[in-house]
Amino acid sequence: MTQLIRVEDLRVVAGDPGSEVEIVKGVSFALEKGEVLALIGESGSGKTTIALALLGYARRGCRLSGGVVQVGEHDMLALDETQLQGLRGNRVSYVAQSAAAAFNPAKKLLDQVVEGPLIHGLGTRAELEAKAIGLFRDLALPNPERIGRRYPHQVSGGQLQRVMAAMALISDPLLVVLDEPTTALDVTTQIDVLRAFKRVVRERGATAVYVSHDLAVVAQMADQIVVLNGGQILERSATAPLLKAPAHEYTRSLLAAARPDTRIRPPCGVAEEAPLLTITGLTAGYGNKNLHGMPAIRVLEDIDLTVRRGQAIGVIGESGSGKSTLARVVAGLLTPALGGLTFDGQPLGGSLSERTPEQFRRIQMVFQNADTALNPMHSVATILSRPLKMYFGLKGAALQVRIGELLDLVRLPRDMADRRPNELSGGQKQRVNLARALAAKPDLILCDEVTSALDTVVGAAILELLRDLRQQLGVSYLFISHDISTVRALCDDIVVMYSGHKVHAGRRESFAEAPYHPYTDLLIHSVPELRQGWLETCGATHGELPPIGERANLPELCTFLNRCPMRIDGLCNRTAPNRRTLDNGSEILCHRDAADLLATQRGVTPTSFGAYA
Amino acid sequence: MNPLIAKSRPASSALALAKVSGNPSWLGLVGAAVCVIWLLVALFGPWLAPHPVGEVISDNIFEGFSLAHPFGTDYLGRDMLSRVLVGARFTVGLSLVAALLASFFGTGCALLSVVSPKWLDEIISRIMDAFISIPSKMLALIMVSAFGSSVTLLICTAVISYIPGSFRVARSMAVNIEALEYVQVARTRGEGKLYVACREILPNMLNPVLTDLGLRFGYIVLLLSGMSFLGLGVQPPDADLGSLVRENIGGLNQGAMAIIIPALAIGTLTIGVNLLIDYLSSRRGRRAGGH
Repeated sequence: MTQLIRVEDLRVVAGDPGSEVEIVKGVSFALEKGEVLALIGESGSGKTTIALALLGYARRGCRLSGGVVQVGEHDMLALDETQLQGLRGNRVSYVAQSAAAAFNPAKKLLDQVVEGPLIHGLGTRAELEAKAIGLFRDLALPNPERIGRRYPHQVSGGQLQRVMAAMALISDPLLVVLDEPTTALDVTTQIDVLRAFKRVVRERGATAVYVSHDLAVVAQMADQIVVLNGGQILERSATAPLLKAPAHEYTRSLLAAARPDTRIRPPCGVAEEAPLLTITGLTAGYGNKNLHGMPAIRVLEDIDLTVRRGQAIGVIGESGSGKSTLARVVAGLLTPALGGLTFDGQPLGGSLSERTPEQFRRIQMVFQNADTALNPMHSVATILSRPLKMYFGLKGAALQVRIGELLDLVRLPRDMADRRPNELSGGQKQRVNLARALAAKPDLILCDEVTSALDTVVGAAILELLRDLRQQLGVSYLFISHDISTVRALCDDIVVMYSGHKVHAGRRESFAEAPYHPYTDLLIHSVPELRQGWLETCGATHGELPPIGERANLPELCTFLNRCPMRIDGLCNRTAPNRRTLDNGSEILCHRDAADLLATQRGVTPTSFGAYA
Repeated sequence: MNPLIAKSRPASSALALAKVSGNPSWLGLVGAAVCVIWLLVALFGPWLAPHPVGEVISDNIFEGFSLAHPFGTDYLGRDMLSRVLVGARFTVGLSLVAALLASFFGTGCALLSVVSPKWLDEIISRIMDAFISIPSKMLALIMVSAFGSSVTLLICTAVISYIPGSFRVARSMAVNIEALEYVQVARTRGEGKLYVACREILPNMLNPVLTDLGLRFGYIVLLLSGMSFLGLGVQPPDADLGSLVRENIGGLNQGAMAIIIPALAIGTLTIGVNLLIDYLSSRRGRRAGGH
């Protein structure tokens, strides 16, 4: 094997000359041809900056200030901009996190894929198009001959990400840099994309640098792992020994935070029997209403849910399943078309104007993105004092005391009160966000993906905080997440949603083993595990779905039908499924009974799932 | 409008950094100095004027610089310095009042339409669209021909002409901010519409609104000057900077000071205001982290 990439003492600085800050502090590593190296670390660790330096590129405001970056025969730091342009998209290429933002929406996919190599003069258009189609096939894109004629908005996010990989690979580059290519995808989609990437990288012997914050994903892809923090290498080793025996403290904390449910458990004995929030037959959606008052796009369909006092209910599902809409309805931001809400025995109005101040106080919402959930022009003290003044009429010293208490409660230092949100880190912002909700002394907190935008270590700390607060204050949560292990760490009961329907609901424990609803099964088995080889052996392999005939024109048919590996022709496509209760107490919306599900999901034969993305 | 928003609301902190470093504060100080000078002139000009505004004091028309008449004399032999000092009060005062009122009502309507039900938003927006379709100069001509020229009427005309533009800019920003999560949080907290509009939305759009105010001030100066140039603005013997340009147009071929000075005055006034406002909004932007 020959050494293809050599990085020695790489330094990158940011800021104005004279007041520069070193953000990459002397990083060295090497990579052999055909290997995949992973750069892992939390945001701000310099992983993307290093990856971009491999292309000889520094983001605006940054400067590559020293060291050696050798890719093949090219010394990337010694080349001028014109020479670098000749290499980029040709000998080195880049796959960005957000494929949707990386494509030109006005051009067809195939034209964009061949554009780079055409500029570099790597072949005729016909040759390159044939090569692109071959790559589409290798990347398991459906209909490889024709998908290139579509526009970016006409394919799904997972497919777009694979098209971008084709774009990066078409010039047979020496090095491909993949920058968090699956972070924005649902887990069920991620697995297909990872598989396609892995196969192509292996088959074509490409050398890749894979940037990610997710250790479990990296474990599937990489031969070498470099753990970064604060612009420095903390640990560098082959994948297997690093997972088995991490040498550095920080790597151990990353490993521990990757799957919070192995460490954090919901508190016992907090939940009472009395129902706090009851949702019955809820249907809601967006768009103009028709004659029957039904919205044009229905997002939630006939949802029943009960949150008991002190209980935490987790709602999981992939993007578009309607889980955030559910929270918006409970918060009063969206008026339901059908169905009713009851809060502590009292009917809860559908719109904000129908609610009492007391109901406003008792239901608080915490949003996913702390950057946009805090008003940037207000200080932390102003943000926290508003609900205190509004609901409790606190003033002067009493107000200051309470603000201090709230900051203590979310474990922030009291001197943070004078800061503005942009002077706080992501985790600190999320704590302020939480403190604002707690200021109202609510009975129910709606948490919409509160840990999703955070680094794993920070997210795990927030989860712990949420658990402790629940123990301490007896508050109920409606906790929305796309990540089943996050939900398991905090919630007593779990509800699985799929395109607006509640397909599975049960106790936390019942999600530990089969039988599940087929969609739950797919979801659980799509979460990457922290061991090498999981991607190859996990149950969810590509396979043909059982063939079904034409579907009946019934809106009540199972929504998972198109992806279901256990569908039955003549039944699933003809009649609507019923809710059935399994032995472990969970309730599923499926034609299959417990015995069927158990046989398939526990069975020796791996479950096969559709190549859906 | 888009470049305006883009300019005043840097998308990222890197951009904000580049903007701040490329926009030294001395430009802002120059703008501030020019504005202060013009404000002082507008306040105290009439008392500083060495001669009464309408008095013919020289036999020579279109005179150049001299110790007796630092800015020369105009087409009737009046002292140009006195004319400018008095005229500035009209131009600065009228434009400032009109720009403030236009921005106030425009932004107010924008906030109202964003927090109100959809039908009210529709009504306000369509009325504004109707107004925006009338050319401002045409409207001003019609108003003057119908009601005669007076200071109040000029202000009203300028305000009516510039409310819709200000409304459009403010509304497009307010709509974006209204969709942000902190506004949603405030709404689910049970906050009233007034609080949401004034405490949550307004502070976050103040930078572009201030920039917009500066632009509108410049436009209004030009509109009023244009009106005066046509003889429909401030009526003699009073004169604003625009009428000074018009009445001395005869001196153009001689390169008379009498026409250059008021033209320069209009120029420095509008540029100074814009420099100051850019500086102020970039400072505010930096405090809020380029949001």
